Amino acid sequence: MATSSLLQFTGKSIYCAQAEAHIDPWIPVDRAIITHAHSDHARWGSRHYLAHKDSEPILRLRLGPDISLQTVEYGEKFVINGVVFSLHPAGHIIGSAQVRVEYKGEVWVASGDYKLEDDHFAKPFEPVKCNVFITESTFGLPIYKWQPQQEVFSEIDNWWRQNKNEDKASVLMGYSLGKMQRILKNIELQDHVLYAHGAIYTLNERLRQAGFDLPELTLVTKETDRKLFRGALVLAPPSVDSSTWIKKFAPYSLGYCSGWMALRGAKNRRAVDQGFVLSDHVDWPDLNTAVRESGAEKVYVTHGYTSIFSRWLNENGIEAGEVHTMYGNEDENEEEEAVQDNTVVPNEPGQ
Amino acid sequence: MKQFAELFMNLDRTNKTNAKVELMKNYFLTASDEDKLWALTLFTGRRPSFKVNRTQVKEWAAEEADIPMWLFQESYHSVGDLGETISLILPRSAATDSDRSLTEWFDYLHALPAMTEGEKRTHILNAWAQLSKHETFVFNKLLMGSFRIGVSQTLVVRALAEATETDSNVIAHRIMGQWDPSQTTFEQLILDKGENDNASRPYPFFLAYPIEGDISGLGNPEDWFAEWKWDGIRSQIIYRNNELFIWTRGEELSTDKFPELHFLSSVLPNGTVLDGEIVSYFDNKPMPFNVLQTRIGRKNLSKKVLEEAPVAFIAYDILEANGIDIRDWPQSQRRAQLETIHQNVPGQSYFNLSPLIDFKEWSELHDLHPLSRQNIAEGFMIKRKSSTYQVGRKKGDWWKWKINPLSVDAVLIYAQKGSGRRAELFTDYTFAVWGEDKKLIPFAKAYSGLTDAEIGQVDYFIKRNILEKFGPVRTVKPELVFEIGFEGINESSRHKSGIAVRFPRILRWRKDKKAEEADTLESLKGILEMYK
Repeated sequence: MATSSLLQFTGKSIYCAQAEAHIDPWIPVDRAIITHAHSDHARWGSRHYLAHKDSEPILRLRLGPDISLQTVEYGEKFVINGVVFSLHPAGHIIGSAQVRVEYKGEVWVASGDYKLEDDHFAKPFEPVKCNVFITESTFGLPIYKWQPQQEVFSEIDNWWRQNKNEDKASVLMGYSLGKMQRILKNIELQDHVLYAHGAIYTLNERLRQAGFDLPELTLVTKETDRKLFRGALVLAPPSVDSSTWIKKFAPYSLGYCSGWMALRGAKNRRAVDQGFVLSDHVDWPDLNTAVRESGAEKVYVTHGYTSIFSRWLNENGIEAGEVHTMYGNEDENEEEEAVQDNTVVPNEPGQ
Repeated sequence: MKQFAELFMNLDRTNKTNAKVELMKNYFLTASDEDKLWALTLFTGRRPSFKVNRTQVKEWAAEEADIPMWLFQESYHSVGDLGETISLILPRSAATDSDRSLTEWFDYLHALPAMTEGEKRTHILNAWAQLSKHETFVFNKLLMGSFRIGVSQTLVVRALAEATETDSNVIAHRIMGQWDPSQTTFEQLILDKGENDNASRPYPFFLAYPIEGDISGLGNPEDWFAEWKWDGIRSQIIYRNNELFIWTRGEELSTDKFPELHFLSSVLPNGTVLDGEIVSYFDNKPMPFNVLQTRIGRKNLSKKVLEEAPVAFIAYDILEANGIDIRDWPQSQRRAQLETIHQNVPGQSYFNLSPLIDFKEWSELHDLHPLSRQNIAEGFMIKRKSSTYQVGRKKGDWWKWKINPLSVDAVLIYAQKGSGRRAELFTDYTFAVWGEDKKLIPFAKAYSGLTDAEIGQVDYFIKRNILEKFGPVRTVKPELVFEIGFEGINESSRHKSGIAVRFPRILRWRKDKKAEEADTLESLKGILEMYK
């Protein structure tokens, strides 16, 4: 790629030289534009951050309350050294954005992570016309085709109901940022007390304080009477299945919401009782739709099945190249996060 | 089919034994007799073949999904299972309301072998169009004869025994041997009280548990027999109604594979069933397993093969005498019966008794144990003199005391993604030792032996340290060291290292060792010299 490109892939960020700004940098930089608050995209240590206003509560929670952070609305333009930037809904999680970058009539869009289906919490994805589109490819294989989310949520409702009949707790795992809010906005809450692991509780409280319409959760502590878990729904991050924390819910059924649950192998490896195929990333058909609707002549494919999806695009008349980035490890970061939260809220007996 | 597909998915989902038994029992209580018989066929590992070409099936699926073959292959690599890949990439059909039963789907499949290619294609596409995603998956498994499920025979037997209120030993016996679901009925196979008319039917094998702790924990040595644990193929030899049948542990009728043993039909009394080991045998002594391996799996046993790898039977138990099931006799009495039969048989170089080891104290066995390899044995079998012959792996009366495997420390150099439960994870590893000029020479592939957590860590390392790609194989930065155990070692002209090891497996991850500290090819050759 010529160094004169509007956006460059440095391996540590997506860099706009003209504006001296980095999108989702993995190293501390002067000016960082953040697509969304997941920890593989929002890294600590930069001098100035810019993000959508809905990302603010989480960014301050995760990167520190005193970071220098400027927030904008979707569609609001800001200009740095002649480069016109604006953020547009990516539909991935609350506050997630595609970054539109325009300079001398050329438009690039860095989409971060995104999905097309409206999850009733994040602002739904809006296609943005551009010359060059940078897309993720987490689920960039034709085996990934999500069923409509209502079907998944009614599976979850049924599972919970059945566990309740059997007097078991329903422990539902999923990423604390994104998946959990989506679940809370879409399942039948039935006026029950909802229990949550510290990682999820903290985040939920933060979002509620910031004015988001989310139900109140009850933090599971050492003192919580275990009898209360019978028939209850317990929300937990994906790392708890190998912890001692989970034992207090016995008897329980373990569910996991993730796009990876589409594969039998992944499901069995996690040894969950129920896998719910629910992802905040685009599936194969929507990935192709998004690329088509961007109208881009050139596509860069980042984290996921980069080589496969770019080959597919090239064979279908869209010039595409694969790019190596550091994104795409939400899972690991989620586990770190869960461990940290456990130290903040000590509820592991004997640890 | 709906009911069966649901059973499959539910069984697949749980790893709790009781839940599995309950699910199968429910199926056996509610499904039609025909369907039960087919389910049983599948659960006991019988996989009817419908003569379909997997490559063609892949092509049809890719066409139907409107994707190029390379993309299909990439998807397949990611999923790790062909039937599942197809079920995932096919366009979701609108009408998924087929009411065909499992049996009717088998009938549907049975039409395939007689069809032309074009007809086969239409036939299969028609089926896919009628089935839901899960049903398509199960259908594909039947179609390609690749149906496998994570339930042991013991669980199937338990479920069936509970559902039919029959003794589980009786069920275990009835579902063994040769039967064809299109030739029999559930009624005949499982429920008929009458004596079985199937002369070839073997008994379920009694299997030993590995000894726990020290052997002296077994109590009084006088209560126990000790024998060498032979390294061959566990087999049952049956002579009934003037016909000889040889069964091997994998429940395979292998009479034709061992012509050396056919003379037994003229010397054994009618109604005899022997349990023992088929081993390769030269000059009145057993040979290592790899000699036997040269003739396993061969369709044609040429004169040369028979000369180079002759076999013999080492008997250690008798389960039926004079047509009477004597499995409930004590071990000592069965042994006496076996010795009587053996005495009356001439041509003893092919029919041997597994000798009892003479010992008074456990310490004597301790002294002898290290000599196992010299005796071409894998250690000892310890059997309680008063024990009956039981079904399957049971604790308490039969113990195996195996020698430690041979081992070296080796470096992980290639990795490949696993399949099934381990799809998407790098779980198939190739290991190397240091050769001349500081080059790593691959010598073994191994899968098992790591915990899930360790697999995750190794996978994490591999994904970040890939040097090259060759198809599905990745060259990995040589850094991780593992202790690799194996059961035997032999020269091999087919391997770059010049050696072949038997049953390699990961014993442990040597996080304390650097790649440079791994063993050398010289040390492997040293082991080879010692055990040649």
